Amino acid sequence: MSTTESSSGKTLVWGLFLLMFVLHQDKWWWDDGTLVFGFLPVGLAFHAVFSLACAALGWLAIKMAWPHDLEAFAETETTAAEKEEGSS
Amino acid sequence: MSTLVVIVCYLCLLLALGFYSSRLFRGTSKDYFVASHSIGPFLLLMSVFGTTMTAFALVGSTGKSFERGIGTYGLMASISGLVHAAVFFIIGIRLWAFGKKYGYVTQIQFFRARFESDGLGYLLFPILVLLVVPYLLIGIIGAGKTIEPVTAGAFPAIFTDPSIPAWLGGVPPWLTGLVVCVVVLAYVFMGGSRGAAYANTFQTIVFMFMGLVAFVFIVKALGGIDNAGNVAARITEDGKIVQDFRFDKKEGALAKNEPPKPIGRLLEPDQAKELTNVQPHFTRTPIDVEFKKKNPKTGEVSAFERELGIPFLTFLTYLFIPLSVGMFPHLFQHWLTAKSAKAFRLTVIAHPLCIMVVWVPCVLIGAWASGLLPPGIPPPAVLSAMLKLLVGDPILTGLLTAGVLAAIMSSLDSQFLCMGTIFTNDIVLHRAGKEKYSDKQIIFIARAFIVAIVVLTYALAMLAKDANVFDLAIWCFSGFAALFPIVVAALYWKRATKEGAYAGIIAAMVMWFYYFQQSGYGGEYVVGPGIVPAAICFVASAVALVAVSLVTKPPSKETLDKFFPDAA
Repeated sequence: MSTTESSSGKTLVWGLFLLMFVLHQDKWWWDDGTLVFGFLPVGLAFHAVFSLACAALGWLAIKMAWPHDLEAFAETETTAAEKEEGSS
Repeated sequence: MSTLVVIVCYLCLLLALGFYSSRLFRGTSKDYFVASHSIGPFLLLMSVFGTTMTAFALVGSTGKSFERGIGTYGLMASISGLVHAAVFFIIGIRLWAFGKKYGYVTQIQFFRARFESDGLGYLLFPILVLLVVPYLLIGIIGAGKTIEPVTAGAFPAIFTDPSIPAWLGGVPPWLTGLVVCVVVLAYVFMGGSRGAAYANTFQTIVFMFMGLVAFVFIVKALGGIDNAGNVAARITEDGKIVQDFRFDKKEGALAKNEPPKPIGRLLEPDQAKELTNVQPHFTRTPIDVEFKKKNPKTGEVSAFERELGIPFLTFLTYLFIPLSVGMFPHLFQHWLTAKSAKAFRLTVIAHPLCIMVVWVPCVLIGAWASGLLPPGIPPPAVLSAMLKLLVGDPILTGLLTAGVLAAIMSSLDSQFLCMGTIFTNDIVLHRAGKEKYSDKQIIFIARAFIVAIVVLTYALAMLAKDANVFDLAIWCFSGFAALFPIVVAALYWKRATKEGAYAGIIAAMVMWFYYFQQSGYGGEYVVGPGIVPAAICFVASAVALVAVSLVTKPPSKETLDKFFPDAA
């Protein structure tokens, strides 16, 4: 993945993440006790769908903003000196 | 009696699993503390999810929904799905990378190295312990409150002093707490973090499955999914809160109350016109009501006030509380057990889904319970009271109660293990030097400290046995959330300094303790029009950290090169 692709992917993921915070407030359902499917209050149904959207966002973040560099850094062989230094 | 037999069988099964996992133990301290970084995606998901969901998820969420309605889900669950997954992605993977690279097994080791300060570890150690202990308490208290009602009548000649007369003969909370502590201690003692990961996985599957089973049976008892929505308490045109149904145990079915049974009234009668026929537990706009409750021991009836719904500012500022997972020491330890960074992927995606599977049914059960249970029932007892009332079958009740215990114990194990780990590594080994002890001695020290912390926690749980599980959890989460700026700055802000970290930690804790004391040491508390204290503590910590860091000497180049490899 090129740096530009990775950078625009990160921007998209961050943008959607912030949008999710706004959507979470859902002031528009607060007074509404209507039951969806005959048993699920609409305020609860919205937040259940919100949870599904969180999972989708997680998938998107992994696809578009995965920290490949960090993964490579962690997987490279560590010298005993580095470990000793780290845990001292 | 059958209920109890099922619960005891479940606990024995767990001990057997602990024994099995101990046979996989490689005998090294690294294996005991972080399972030799060998845990794959599924075990990581189950252990991380099981650890973050405790009595709080099943018992607390049902009770809170009974008190405040379905807003409980948005308040804590859906926002946690978003924030937790983001924290795993942004904080968890990065901390795992440094842990793997430099051999850290505790948070404090990371902070000491990143901020070039030994003293920071000594400041953080007691804070982390003090914040984890309430988290442990909620598990033990929650277990006690769950078992007593569902075993009521089993031993009337032995347990003659129940919490309320209706629970005569039920297993008392002190005994449940003791048994839970001993079982968890046994498998953590034997198998360390690998044992905890296996047990967590098993228990997480059990409590997710049993939660769904409980939901199905409760729905069936309520006359099917279409009728269940009618059961919640309702407001009448003259401002009374009424229950339209009761559960007829002889018939095993719902019966209509003719006329509807009044259980309370609106405190502002002017609202009655616009709220007529509204089921307040299905909406979130705050409504002040007065309920009546009968003292189960004296029979005396008294009135109490309750706010249904959730104030907007409380809902908004609650988003700070799930940030606590970024600073949970036991979660840090779970992250470090991961085999690779890729092991996190499943957790990032599936964690919000797992939250949904557990919380939606519990929140619905709590809201429906408003139409069947007396309003004065203690919130932590709502789930078990619904099971007892609606699902009479003792074996099924036993299985479902085992599910609640599973949720509780899957958090307790990680927390006990983590206490032993940080004491051994951050205090004993840090002071004496690693070379002074053999691997066997290190494991012995960790186990000894775990035993000590279990004994202490059990004693504290007995003293605080009437605490509200949900409120206590919120205080614990608030403290960790207030420390969140420290870990973010450590990982992403090169200019963050040792002095800044000290200032951030001290500011967070001073503010937290102030509000904790204002709440009467653990009660529900909001600031002004509904701001949760965690939000203010978080801001205070962040401001102190940034301000002090900017006026103090930056970290050394060696440290920056080590912790900011992408920029080097």
